[in-house]
Amino acid sequence: MIRALSDKFSALRLALAVALSLFAGLASLPACSVEPDEVLPDAQQEALAREISKQLRCVVCQNQSIDDSDASIAKDMRLKVRELVVQGQDEQSIKSYFVERYGNYVLLRPPFDASTALLWLMPLILLAVAAIGIAVALMRRQKTLKNNTEAPLSAEEQDRLEALLHEESKS
Amino acid sequence: MMRWLFFLPLVVFAVLVGLWFWGLNPNRDPNALPSQLINKELPAFALPALEGSGSPALARSDLSDGQVKLINFFASWCVPCRAEHPHLETLAKETSLPIHGIAWRDEPAATLAWLQNLGNPYTRIGVDQKNTVGLDFGITGVPETFIIDAKGRVRYRHQGPLDPRIINTVITPLVQALRREAEEAS
Repeated sequence: MIRALSDKFSALRLALAVALSLFAGLASLPACSVEPDEVLPDAQQEALAREISKQLRCVVCQNQSIDDSDASIAKDMRLKVRELVVQGQDEQSIKSYFVERYGNYVLLRPPFDASTALLWLMPLILLAVAAIGIAVALMRRQKTLKNNTEAPLSAEEQDRLEALLHEESKS
Repeated sequence: MMRWLFFLPLVVFAVLVGLWFWGLNPNRDPNALPSQLINKELPAFALPALEGSGSPALARSDLSDGQVKLINFFASWCVPCRAEHPHLETLAKETSLPIHGIAWRDEPAATLAWLQNLGNPYTRIGVDQKNTVGLDFGITGVPETFIIDAKGRVRYRHQGPLDPRIINTVITPLVQALRREAEEAS
């Protein structure tokens, strides 16, 4: 009886494990909104189209790429990307097609130019400021340590110190 | 050196306050996407007419006819377009400004029913069911309105519904200025 029950449980456990791993497998698939009818027959062209779609921002959902977005305008943009890929245009010219119409805003990775220089260089600037700050602090500490080293005790002072210590240990 | 550093937090704070004032300015719209088409020629396009509307079709070549005009992207499924519609009707009736409509991502039958129901303020109507011309205009949604100068260049883009305030403070003055500009040039 107990034997039969435990068999049943192990079968259940197995089924649960299989279901869970299946679910985890599905959940770990990359999320994308490309619909089956959009996919290009040529796998290489489709891969290029996906690569470009991931770098273009959906203009109505702000922080999603058109590859991730379900917005109808994102679908239009994905189809346009595929149309241009099929025409044989390369990644750069397809991206500039969209930049001409929507501005640099449409690129999820902003290009380096005068208006974005501060954005791109900020990590380096902060690093430099921090390095200078630490260097100044270290130098200042060394200076104070040097100033604090006092002259060694004279013979007279040494005698007095020993006498005091002696007195203390006696009592 | 030390005395200068003492004021550093104050300086940083002042800079931040400046940033906050800039950021909280009620007239600043962080979502605004400036049109890339300003002062540029529009790409060539030719859209089919809306059957039964009585308005002729709209093509790029209709735009450089020496007249200042509006192009209004709309759709029957778009609620703000419905709010905007009476103001377009008023503009069409009370001024000589041509308003061309582009029916964006809409079923022609639905567009037609909508116009028959609410009135048709458009001089020409182009049907852009697949958002081909919309992409060329950099459309992010409807309604959007463009002011086109006499030479067929885009001079202004308004996203969202037109209302009397926008029409009186932005559209009308700009249209008048562009008309003067066209007269001086000819």
